[in-house]
Amino acid sequence: MNEAFVLAGVFLVTFAVGIFLIVRVPPRLHTPLMSLTNAISGITVLGALLLFAAEGNALQRGLAAIAVVMGAFNLVGGFAVTSRMLGFFKKKATASDD
Amino acid sequence: MGDPGYLIGNLVVLAVILVGIGMFSRPNAARFGNLAIALALICALGVEVARNPLNAPLLVLAALAVGSLGGLAAAKKVNMTQIPALVGFQNGAGGLASCLVSLVQLTREPQTLDRVGVVAAVAAMIVGAVTFSGSMVASGKLAGLLRQKPVALPGHRWILLVVSIVLLAAAFGATSVSDSGPTWPAIAVVLFALLLGLVFSARVGGADMPVLISLLNAFSGLSAGICGVVVKSQVLTACGATVAASGLILTYAMCRAMNRNVWAIVWPAAPAAVPESAPDGGQDLPSETVPSDQAVETPAPPSDPFPQAAEVLQAAGKIIVIPGYGMALAHAQIGTVGLANRLVKMGKDVKFAVHPLAGRMPGHMHVLLAEADVDPDMLFDLNEVNSEFAATDVALIVGACDVVNPAAASVEGTPISGMPILAAQDAARVIVCNLDARPGYSGVENLLYRQEKTLLLLGDAQETMSRLLNAIS
Repeated sequence: MNEAFVLAGVFLVTFAVGIFLIVRVPPRLHTPLMSLTNAISGITVLGALLLFAAEGNALQRGLAAIAVVMGAFNLVGGFAVTSRMLGFFKKKATASDD
Repeated sequence: MGDPGYLIGNLVVLAVILVGIGMFSRPNAARFGNLAIALALICALGVEVARNPLNAPLLVLAALAVGSLGGLAAAKKVNMTQIPALVGFQNGAGGLASCLVSLVQLTREPQTLDRVGVVAAVAAMIVGAVTFSGSMVASGKLAGLLRQKPVALPGHRWILLVVSIVLLAAAFGATSVSDSGPTWPAIAVVLFALLLGLVFSARVGGADMPVLISLLNAFSGLSAGICGVVVKSQVLTACGATVAASGLILTYAMCRAMNRNVWAIVWPAAPAAVPESAPDGGQDLPSETVPSDQAVETPAPPSDPFPQAAEVLQAAGKIIVIPGYGMALAHAQIGTVGLANRLVKMGKDVKFAVHPLAGRMPGHMHVLLAEADVDPDMLFDLNEVNSEFAATDVALIVGACDVVNPAAASVEGTPISGMPILAAQDAARVIVCNLDARPGYSGVENLLYRQEKTLLLLGDAQETMSRLLNAIS
């Protein structure tokens, strides 16, 4: 129970700080932002990996493996595509955008 | 859990994520932020795996490899027109992962979750499954695999309501069975949540996609956050919260750009005002032009307007280009940027005015133009540029319709009434390079087309751009 409160607190604090930071992201970076957040949510792969730390039957293993594939797709693909997109912005922005 | 080193490690990961997101306020720093967050999360994963020895390591490795390589391939191959479909798919993948993790945890025997864990697992399953099926529909529509027209079933709201009630009942069943693994209610929860996402998403049409995709982004974050409670991971909970916050802000930004509340989009009172004039094609491609096979239907303009348009452009000093999604449909980004660059070389002041809805997801038009190598200094958002139209010689519209329709301000009771528009009508001359003069996605006739100062260059935008370029050179 205690742990649940800590987690709820973590959620609320991160959510609040997230709002505070994200309203500052300019519209031109909204697509990379969403792509980045998808990569971040790929960390669900962590939850999927933890399933393998306990025993499970074949079906549970299979479902957990699908979750790992999905999470890894988001994590790796998300960061890669975000980086590619930000590269488009870099070319001429070097001198001007800050 | 009580290990202080582990707690500090978690805090560091959290800090890096938040600082990294903070860096997204500036384009140059954003690349570094992206990299920093990626490294932090990979470290967090490594630590977790080192602390919890995994069974079936080969299966885990294989699954990791498949997912990672698939992600890399998709990231490498995708072009910026397709990016909303990929992002939509990723929203769904995240939702599915959270849903499956929670399902496996819940149906484990003997039950290892406490009461909070069981409720959280059912909640994560619902949100995750709704996100997954909703995102697959959205992604299918965005990728052109499904028709973009909103699908309204008879009694759509009632169906949504009934599915929701059955879902809640199943959820109640799944949370109240405590000793044996509550397998059947849990599966019912997943199935009805999938159905709910499907029905809900089918109702949303092409031009409302920016709202839907942002909302699903928030949902995928929420499901990950709740999933973090299920597996008792602070990092996962915090990541989910960040994503939910971002999705929520983008949803709000998109709704504000449309002057609609989110409820009106996911729970529309009546079938959206989609005109019936073109039974196939046309209206299901929103706010802008339609692909070239529709061009035959367009009545030929009275005389060739190209020479006149070229004259107007040559004489102009200040030009604002207004790109819309129709430009992307016609693959005319490069041509448009080329024309703009040419006009700059001729000594003219050229700006791009980007409406928040000029695309299929938040910020989409910016990445479309950035891919076409536009000078980022030429891009301006609605608020930055709207007051400048009055002092502008030419507003050059490429594949945009609803976002420049003065009816939004002057006519009451239309689907776009009250929506902030780009004030192209204030410019001295307006050149419209759309495929046809039909209304955009909203179905509201564009009053701009009838004005005397407007020149209509109808037809495929890619061709129009190259003809204009030739004409002014």
